[in-house]
Amino acid sequence: MSSQKESTVRTLTVALLVCLVCSIFVAGAAVALRPTQQENRLLDKQRSILAIAGLGEAGMSGNQVKQLFNERIVARLVDLETGKFSDEFEAKTFDPLAAAKDPALSQALPGEQDIASIKRRERYSTVYIVEGQGEGEIDTLILPVRGYGLWSTLYGFMAVEGDLNTVAGFGFYQHGETPGLGGEVDNPKWRGMWPGKELYDDNGKLVVQIVKGGVDPQSPKADHQVDALAGATLTSNGVNSLLHFWLGENGFGPFIANLRAGEA
Amino acid sequence: MSQPTVKEVLLNPIFNNNPIGLQILGICSALAVTSNLNTALVMSVALTLVTAFSNLFISMIRSQIPNSIRMIVQMVIIASLVIVVDQILKAYAFSLSKQLSVFVGLIITNCIVMGRAEAFAMQNPPMLSFFDGIGNGLGYSAMLIALGIVRELFGAGKLMGYTIIPVVNDGGWYQPNGLLLLPPSAFFLIGLFIWGIRTWKKEQVEKPAFKMAPQVSNKEAY
Repeated sequence: MSSQKESTVRTLTVALLVCLVCSIFVAGAAVALRPTQQENRLLDKQRSILAIAGLGEAGMSGNQVKQLFNERIVARLVDLETGKFSDEFEAKTFDPLAAAKDPALSQALPGEQDIASIKRRERYSTVYIVEGQGEGEIDTLILPVRGYGLWSTLYGFMAVEGDLNTVAGFGFYQHGETPGLGGEVDNPKWRGMWPGKELYDDNGKLVVQIVKGGVDPQSPKADHQVDALAGATLTSNGVNSLLHFWLGENGFGPFIANLRAGEA
Repeated sequence: MSQPTVKEVLLNPIFNNNPIGLQILGICSALAVTSNLNTALVMSVALTLVTAFSNLFISMIRSQIPNSIRMIVQMVIIASLVIVVDQILKAYAFSLSKQLSVFVGLIITNCIVMGRAEAFAMQNPPMLSFFDGIGNGLGYSAMLIALGIVRELFGAGKLMGYTIIPVVNDGGWYQPNGLLLLPPSAFFLIGLFIWGIRTWKKEQVEKPAFKMAPQVSNKEAY
């Protein structure tokens, strides 16, 4: 080892050069790949919205997804405070998840209201609508939902039919639950149990529920109940709570009520 | 010390000097990403590439790196490579990168990468170091793939997402072993694999660090 190699100036120069070269390399890769990544993220979301609304099939290519989405699905902004449609922001580009972190566009939830453990709720959210034949008629309404399971926040969509009560589809597009246990929320069989279930009872009360030990088909509540995931009590509880939050008075409850009354 | 050959550095780490099996490095990610074969494969490729290229670059500038900051220089190079791999996965294998989540980023802290940089690339020429990286990556991959196969097949009845054994939940006959899908099961499996390798290759059995001292008086027992 020569002493020259170990001199302070030499050490600083090497450190500086290594950092410079590496940062150019990393920044170059990040900038060059960003458009593809954003495209992927958008496509992933659109794909899951279509799947939950029951449109299209599983193996669709990226372009097919984009085309079908643009043809059939309309994004609308909803003011969760008033429960009405809003034009405050452009619905297509508005990001409710980013808004939930922005103090100006969200509010902290007090503990007893925060049953889905999301901490902050955004004021505006984006809903997706599959339009029916008539003017302003809703064929399927797709609501974004999220909440904490066992390990992670689950992000998904709840699709309801035009009566705003019957489930058309339900599923998550992002979560970190244990594969094989809580991760079975992605199991097509479990997801297949949701369509046809009813969220509210005849008095408009939110009664949908995930029950342990199997649903008794004879029970009058069977239309509102879904079997819990085997071996994943906490994930099932989390899913139950997040549904109750987002379909309840602090979530889309007022919006659904307004929509039903024709006042949204 | 004689110069190792390319063949040696490429093949030795697979069974004779397996980074997980003999050196017991990189256990964390081996537990976390092997619950199915797909993620295990992607992780293997990612780690092999990072180890190979970090070895190559570090070896190329090894005579320039001042001894006092050599570790941090290695880390900077490794971290840059890992970020690039993560970005590429996000762009071209989005669903897999979603499943691997944080573990790609954690390659930075994987002892295999750092260990090979410090132990091999700092002393050896670039091409040889590159192949050493590939070889160690392959050793890691072999273990991950073995774990992935066992865990996915017996934990979910599938391989790469395709059903091999129909499980009870989907109307089949196989009651899957849920434990295999949880990280601790990889510990048991790695233990079994190490037992297997050491039964086959006796020279890998470590000498005990101490011998049990004979009892010299009855009083010791009290």
